[in-house]
Amino acid sequence: MTNDEVRTTKYEPVIGLEVHCQLLTKTKLFCGCETKFGAEPNSHTCPVCLGWPGSLPVLNEEALRLGIKIGLALNCEISGRLKFDRKNYFYPDLPKAYQISQYDMPVNGKGWIEIEQRAESREQRENQNPMPSALCSMAKRVGITRAHLEEDAGKLLHEGIKDGSLVDYNRAGTPLLEIVSEPDIRSAEEAYDYLTSLKAILEYLEVSDCNMEEGSLRCDANVSVRPVGQEKFGTRTEIKNLNSFKAVQKAIEYEIKRQVEMIEAGEKVSQETRLWNDDTGKTALMRSKEQAHDYRYFPEPDLVPFSIAQEFIEGLRKNLPELPQARTNRFTKDFGLSPYDAAVLVQEKKLGDYFEACVKEKANSKLASNWIQSELLALLNTAKKTIEESPVTPQALAGLLRLIDNNTISGKIAKDVLPLMFETGKSADAIVKEKGLEQVTDTKLIEEIADKVIAANPKSVADFKSGKTTALGFLVGQLMKETKGKANPKLANEILSKKLASLKKISK
Amino acid sequence: MDFQIEKIAELARLNLKAEEKAKLSKEVAGILDYVKSLSAIPTDQVAPTSHVLNLENVFRKDEIVVSEVRDKALKYAPHAEGNFFKVPKIVER
Amino acid sequence: MKTFPQSLKEARPGSRELLESLTQRVHELNPKLNAFLRWNNGSHLVPEGGVRELSLAGLPISIKDNICIDGLETTCASKILKGHIPPYDATVISKLKNAGAVIFGQCNMDEFAFGSSCETSAYGPVRNPWDLERVPGGSSGGSAAAVASGMTLAALGSDTGGSIRQPAAFCGIVGLKPTYGRVSRYGLIAFGSSFDQIGPMTRTVEDAAILMNVLAGHDPKDSTSANVPVPDYTKSLRRDVKGLRIGLPKEFYGDGIDPEVRASVDQAAKIFEKLGAQIKTVSLPHTPHSVAVYYIVAVAEASSNLGRFDGVEYGLRVPAQDLKEMYFETRDQGFGQEAKRRILLGTFVLSAGYYDAYYLKGQKVRTLIREDFTNAYKEVDLILSPTAPTPPFKIGEKMNDPLAMYLSDIFTIPANLAGVPAISIPCGFTKSGLPIGLQLMGRAFEEETLFRAAYTFEQETEYYKKKPNI
Repeated sequence: MTNDEVRTTKYEPVIGLEVHCQLLTKTKLFCGCETKFGAEPNSHTCPVCLGWPGSLPVLNEEALRLGIKIGLALNCEISGRLKFDRKNYFYPDLPKAYQISQYDMPVNGKGWIEIEQRAESREQRENQNPMPSALCSMAKRVGITRAHLEEDAGKLLHEGIKDGSLVDYNRAGTPLLEIVSEPDIRSAEEAYDYLTSLKAILEYLEVSDCNMEEGSLRCDANVSVRPVGQEKFGTRTEIKNLNSFKAVQKAIEYEIKRQVEMIEAGEKVSQETRLWNDDTGKTALMRSKEQAHDYRYFPEPDLVPFSIAQEFIEGLRKNLPELPQARTNRFTKDFGLSPYDAAVLVQEKKLGDYFEACVKEKANSKLASNWIQSELLALLNTAKKTIEESPVTPQALAGLLRLIDNNTISGKIAKDVLPLMFETGKSADAIVKEKGLEQVTDTKLIEEIADKVIAANPKSVADFKSGKTTALGFLVGQLMKETKGKANPKLANEILSKKLASLKKISK
Repeated sequence: MDFQIEKIAELARLNLKAEEKAKLSKEVAGILDYVKSLSAIPTDQVAPTSHVLNLENVFRKDEIVVSEVRDKALKYAPHAEGNFFKVPKIVER
Repeated sequence: MKTFPQSLKEARPGSRELLESLTQRVHELNPKLNAFLRWNNGSHLVPEGGVRELSLAGLPISIKDNICIDGLETTCASKILKGHIPPYDATVISKLKNAGAVIFGQCNMDEFAFGSSCETSAYGPVRNPWDLERVPGGSSGGSAAAVASGMTLAALGSDTGGSIRQPAAFCGIVGLKPTYGRVSRYGLIAFGSSFDQIGPMTRTVEDAAILMNVLAGHDPKDSTSANVPVPDYTKSLRRDVKGLRIGLPKEFYGDGIDPEVRASVDQAAKIFEKLGAQIKTVSLPHTPHSVAVYYIVAVAEASSNLGRFDGVEYGLRVPAQDLKEMYFETRDQGFGQEAKRRILLGTFVLSAGYYDAYYLKGQKVRTLIREDFTNAYKEVDLILSPTAPTPPFKIGEKMNDPLAMYLSDIFTIPANLAGVPAISIPCGFTKSGLPIGLQLMGRAFEEETLFRAAYTFEQETEYYKKKPNI
């Protein structure tokens, strides 16, 4: 067996993820300072978020509201009563030397999300080779242990400073929801899928920017392995410094391999915190269990407890937007999309919105799905634009797709039209008219040109007659060339086939 | 008595001198011995008090309040550089 | 020499002459008493014109050094906050300023309010104006000594386990610890967040009521500030205790009370009875455990509250090679012995493996003590006790016995554990002429009843008229 085989057949990884999500409030969790990213260092600070002696926290009601909203979307039990606690440790980015968090009475208790296991299909999509849809939507439930509110820390800058670090407290006090998963995840790919599903939910709720680069979404991973069939979990390590979903996946893969190799070599995995290094592709020891913090949690005396009325929770539940899962189901049901296509469109909310806007303008839904996922995304990628920045509006794309649908232009011609629309912002109609690209459906005209093509390509005709059916394709190509691609391909095919068949008969 | 002064002083970030350690260790042990009397009180059915007021649900609205203390804060800080606070090198040890 | 008013009431509105005269007295007396840490002559701040109508117009109020004043060094009498200048006013300071008051000096105290004698100040002990060899009590001993010696008219103190009342008793003045949540804590450098209250320290009950009219009230910046309407406390100053039911908690009257203190408090009960109050014995069965609960729960909060003094953003920073050294050296050199003792104790009771046995247990017994008060207040309106078990003790007497020092707060701590209001007023003197204080505890948010009873007793006995000979 190869190492990889040992890894996958003898051992089972057990993974839990802790995701920190910055909540999209105007102000911080416990003070009125702005939360906007990228401000001048320390400009969004006040005595409270600087932890100045004597200052006191007061909870931002919107943060709690958003926290509950997320809990509802993650199918969590919402606590009727919650409190805050202090988590004590020293670090220069933590102004009070404690973080106000939630220990034993979090806003959200147990919940779950369903993840679309699309890991393989995603790879195949990258290889332009879509997976059969039946294999694409094996849903799996991943449990949520809890999701609690806490304040973010400031930011430390080390780079280029020899004699110390600089501290910026703009981020200190920004509301976070820490979403802790159960150790239900069994592979690095599943971890990736869990994150994409979770991110999609958060985007649909419009509660977070979900931007890993700006740090509005952060993830730590707990990883252990156990021999297949063993119930007891192995010793886990916690991995930090994961700056992208890809990094999460790579780090977990690395860590599984590292742990399996240790066990195979007769060593023991030790409980520790490790740092992922994206450059080396390795994890390295950050602190051992012995060095682990003793956070000395206790109830925050500066904040009173909170009771949440059931009616308030139900009110929020009623007003939850449609979530990705429901939308995927609706897309398959109402628009006849494959679960895979539906999931791709839904994953990124704006993409789904674009698709729906397009369909609303009477575009054929399958056509719209295909064109958005292939042609439009390719153009956007090349131009480094997001779907929202697309110069081709969903209405304009619908205009193009309608022309295909009613045979005004062929799909092939449409592929030339779309880039022009993208460049010029003109409508498909205008471009087609301007360039005279309407499809030729005049049977007589096509017959005339077919005759011309047959006359001009005696060798191909002979080949066809001798049984080389591929020659038909060549002749159809010639016909299309003659008509500058405007001939209705279906008609062209039919007419040529008919003519050639009759020639064959004659020659017999 | 489980009071280990080295461990607790480390947690509290106090670099105690040897003679201080002995003295404080003895004093804290004495106080802990005194407070041990509480263990005799039955409290199984008693809820803990974190707040003496029966107050709950104290919020603020999500409205920006500009404070503009940065310049003062940096001016009074033990060490500032530009618009940042500065700390000595962080070395894990 | 011109005589000057002895109370806020008499002095109103304040004048330049008043401030100058007090300034002179500070110059004379403070070197002996060390009651002020910083003393900023605020005479230029005497308001003119229309503002003289404000309730504290031009009146000097001195501030305990743990209450933040924008732009003025505030140290909690600790080395670790030397040079610390808060960039904002505590809510009570804004309120005083808005009422026209002159912020008149910052008072010495036990370091971070950790103590009952003002001996733990990093800037030298405060002396008792009645006997310079004795302590003024603590932790608001500087405030008490400044008021008692006539260097100021009134002061703010803070009370976590008796820090207003015990020094008030030791210095022969009035000190009120309001109901928890009655006065905003915003800007009070925290010791025990679930216990701390700011309150007035004055020569007369009336002055305490005048100050409370300014200090009390809901503050949206303090989540633990109660949104309960504030009455006009001066309206409760009636000489009338008829029908008031006053309880003497039997657990308070055991061994360990100085005989002169005991006699004086017994006498006070008789006076109340004579004036028409009903005196009866009540039981607060769990209060003998108050000191133990307090030295778990309050120090736990303190250990966390003091984490922020780490040299990063404010106060002392000991130069160091790296961050860890900076933390350890700054905190080791910055904190005094009592602060270290409480930080260690508080850190321990919260640490893994000990939380349940200590902190959680302490919180549960706190519940039992609260319930004791609830039950007692079904039978009585007020509870009367000595403020402290002894008269002021000698400087140095208890410094080597922390537990003995802690026990000097045995009668004041229960009110903080239960969050109820309590006032200390003078109730006599020892044969050697040291003041003795009497404590009245009331129901939550019923400061008015405290004021009424205290005012009646004060007017009847006139102990407040006696001044230290200094």
